[in-house]
Amino acid sequence: MKHKVATTVNGRRHEHEVEPRLLLVHYLRDNLGLTGTHIGCDTSQCGACTILVDGQAVKSCTMFAVQAEGKSLTTIEGMAKDGELHPIQQAFWDEHGLQCGYCTPGFIMAASYLLSQNPNPTEDEIRKGLEGNLCRCTGYVNIIKAVQTAAKTMGGAEAKPSERAAARRS
Amino acid sequence: MIPAAFEYARASSVEEASKLLNKFGEDAKVLAGGHSLIPLMRLRLAQPTALIDINGIKELDHIKEDGHKLRIGALTRHVTIQNSSVVKDKLPLLAEIAGEVGDNQVRNMGTMGGVIAHADAAGDYPTLALMLDAEIVTNQRTIQAKDFFKDLFTTSLGPDEIVTEVVFPVANGPHKYIKFRRRLFDWAIVGVAAQKMNGDWRIGLTNVGPTPVRAKAVEDALKKGAKPEEAAQHASDGLNPAGDLRASPEYKKHLARVLTKRAIQQST
Repeated sequence: MKHKVATTVNGRRHEHEVEPRLLLVHYLRDNLGLTGTHIGCDTSQCGACTILVDGQAVKSCTMFAVQAEGKSLTTIEGMAKDGELHPIQQAFWDEHGLQCGYCTPGFIMAASYLLSQNPNPTEDEIRKGLEGNLCRCTGYVNIIKAVQTAAKTMGGAEAKPSERAAARRS
Repeated sequence: MIPAAFEYARASSVEEASKLLNKFGEDAKVLAGGHSLIPLMRLRLAQPTALIDINGIKELDHIKEDGHKLRIGALTRHVTIQNSSVVKDKLPLLAEIAGEVGDNQVRNMGTMGGVIAHADAAGDYPTLALMLDAEIVTNQRTIQAKDFFKDLFTTSLGPDEIVTEVVFPVANGPHKYIKFRRRLFDWAIVGVAAQKMNGDWRIGLTNVGPTPVRAKAVEDALKKGAKPEEAAQHASDGLNPAGDLRASPEYKKHLARVLTKRAIQQST
């Protein structure tokens, strides 16, 4: 039997009838066409499918779409605003925090959650905070640099895009 | 992989959840955090006919101090336990263990009741529950932890019985949990918990058998005045761990001894 699922994804309301066994990640990718959320494993380990559910980082492969009823979701597509990259996206660009890019959406969403809980994390805290995400090509050094840079950029500059741009240039 | 088809129902109370379990029969499962169940379903190692979603039962999400006891609601997430000032104050070992479960994403979803009811041999809370003589409260009765864990993934829960709360004693003396693993988010290859309580040590072992183990021989040796390194030699007494991809039985026994020594010595 199908069930109704009504969610807000990146600020837009959606409502669908879905089978209970439909995983949230498949709902996002196949029903909503939001293919920025990636599937990197079959065992809930890699974190490529990480999104925010009511502000909490979760692996969207380990949740059924029906569980998202009434929830507010943010995916990688919801990060950039008005054509400008989110500071975390910009920091991954500037610090070369990716190579193939497959794991990047998950890392950015996990970093977004980490910085929401701890705006000025130490390197150890970043490493621990990103333990649920795997990268198999860049390695983690530049990813950690990117999160450090994003933390600096977002500290106080978040509300003012002009200052954010200045911080990027410096 | 895509899980096999199942019926889905949301319960708004424990009574309703119990009724739904009865309605859908013995192959129905309770869905809490889902972070053990859904991976098993995706691999089709589990194919429940129905899932009863209890995430809407808000009264199961609580941390209450009750005299010399700490009552943790079944739906309390690991992240909540990890950050709770009450848990850090009254049973800091539990907060420490909660922070070592999985990763951030797992801790945002996974629950106390889920770990207890799932009874994975590598689960961390069952070890603590056993060694501290915790009580598992269900919608029908209260079960002592020592009577709860029966075998691998097997508990004394009946088909329509739901864990509602786990009740730990308050213990804020020296403690340490060492979870030995290859990667931060992994399950324990072997885990050892040490807690000093009312003047005596309690020692618990994770993943050295089908159920959690209380290392009574180590506790007794410490009580008789043995040094940690002497007492820890008894950690593998009577153990018969299964070998798996990550460790042989001998290696697990070795780890039990070494980590027990370290857990006692590093307790603060």
